[in-house]
Amino acid sequence: MTEVRVEALTKSYGPAKALDDVTLTFPDGGFFGLLGPSGSGKTTLLRAIAGFVTPDRGRILIGDRSVERVPVEDREIGMVFQSYALFPNMTVAENVAFGLEVRRIPAPDRKARVAEALELVRLGDLGGRKPSELSGGQRQRVAMARAIVTRPRVLLLDEPLSALDRALRVEMQIELKRIQREVGITTIFVTHDQEEALTLSDRIGILRDGRLVREGPPRAVYDDPQDAFTARFLGEANVLTGSLEPGGLRLSDSTLLPGVTTASIALRPEGLAFSATPPDTPHRLHVTLKQRIFSGATGTLILDWRGQDLKLTAPERDLKTIPVDATTLWLTWNRADILPLREPV
Amino acid sequence: MIRQTLARAYLALILIFLYAPIIVMAVMSLNASQFYALPFEFSTRWYERLFTNREILSAAWRSVWIALVVATIATTLGTMAALALWRHDFPGKRILQTLLFPPIAIPWLITGTAMLIFFFGIGIGRGTPAVILGHVALALPYVIVTVTARTASFDRALDEAARSLGARPFTIARRVTLPHAAPGIVAGALFAFAVSFDQFVVSYFLAQPGDTTLPVLIYTAIRKGFTPEINAVSTIIIVVSMALMILAARYARFGGTK
Repeated sequence: MTEVRVEALTKSYGPAKALDDVTLTFPDGGFFGLLGPSGSGKTTLLRAIAGFVTPDRGRILIGDRSVERVPVEDREIGMVFQSYALFPNMTVAENVAFGLEVRRIPAPDRKARVAEALELVRLGDLGGRKPSELSGGQRQRVAMARAIVTRPRVLLLDEPLSALDRALRVEMQIELKRIQREVGITTIFVTHDQEEALTLSDRIGILRDGRLVREGPPRAVYDDPQDAFTARFLGEANVLTGSLEPGGLRLSDSTLLPGVTTASIALRPEGLAFSATPPDTPHRLHVTLKQRIFSGATGTLILDWRGQDLKLTAPERDLKTIPVDATTLWLTWNRADILPLREPV
Repeated sequence: MIRQTLARAYLALILIFLYAPIIVMAVMSLNASQFYALPFEFSTRWYERLFTNREILSAAWRSVWIALVVATIATTLGTMAALALWRHDFPGKRILQTLLFPPIAIPWLITGTAMLIFFFGIGIGRGTPAVILGHVALALPYVIVTVTARTASFDRALDEAARSLGARPFTIARRVTLPHAAPGIVAGALFAFAVSFDQFVVSYFLAQPGDTTLPVLIYTAIRKGFTPEINAVSTIIIVVSMALMILAARYARFGGTK
């Protein structure tokens, strides 16, 4: 039963705040994805939980234990590094056994646990290999086995899949999730790949400039981003801003969107539809077609609305119906697809 | 074709330039004549005389054990220094790193003089301890440079991974850091041995008369009168030194292959 919690965590590097008063709970047994642009503090937060970064202020709790003053080697963590950091002079089995040896686990017990861990990551027969003889995906699995074999209280993953090519990454995402479920360990991972975060996590936290912007289950955050940064960072978003009137949101082209109660809204590119003729709804915009991007099954339209770029994605077979010489279109959307934003930017 | 031939000739000239005097010396150490008379007549008499010459043997032995002691001390200190420089950041680190290199470039004559004055000033004076201290000071930068060359390629995440697995600094050093740095350490030790074993100038300044190392003895012997025994002992020194350097180069992996 290990819940991890950080309270009012703050860390500055000179004038730059890498972490600014972050309070966050990582639920027991959950898979928590930390994401944000580079420099947002997500890696600093992970390394603070690991113990490689000493916070200026705040508390870190692993289970009921306050660990701010506990060195890395006593925190009972497992960590997978971006570069995997396998010991090159040791075999796969020796790598996995390292944490057990350090803990003075007797040899027979150690052997059994190493075999069990390698079995879990489906590398049962590669124990005798050196890391240099493994593929990227296999190294990743060894790193996982090594991190969990000591039965740590929390598993920390630092961009664990970023070194893999796309096909392998998708495969390893499924594997990571399977392994994490089987072990049931509280897992925190850092990624800059929002799709990866959505796929893997039970909960996500979005950081920006050292602050926690948003936290919650991926679908809930995606469906209700609440602010423009989250809307744009998690998926893509067209943000429209206007002035609030009693009847709704008045846009600069005097379109009135009834029922909207915030000055800004976001519309997902995939939530937009188009038509050649004015649709019979107030939720519509007249736009100029700027660019059509073909990328296989789905296509993208870049549209201009009063100097602002808007984006629409749709199945390519729908986009094909737009005449080649079309210059303007009508955009429309369902009232339910409007994502109200508390604050603009 | 012509360019290739010219390049080969050029390479041959360089090798001749480097090795011709040495080869002549090695050949003459096997010539029976004391006065380099030709035709060449094979003989091992100079080597036989060498191995009955007590003075040369004791100087050679002294050179070897001093070099071993120097290599041990310099390698230990140098490795610790290199690892500390790699692991920690501290004020003045850059200055310290920069200051480690000039001793390699300062002429030994000047280093030797400075050491002699300094050692007399602090009461060590001349003698074998002074020679060892001097040699360690000369060899240390070589060790630090070769070990640092290895640690530069060390992934910091390895250190962090070991810590995350619960390992203490000593275990990390023994199981992770040192195995990685080992080739650099071995190369550094070989360099240190060679620097000490081949050292003339500093030894000449710091050794007690009658308590000399082999290079100093050779120099003294040449002044008294040249004998082919010197050729013989020099040939042995050359073979040993070259073997050490080839080994060191292999361990340090000069030439870039990994």
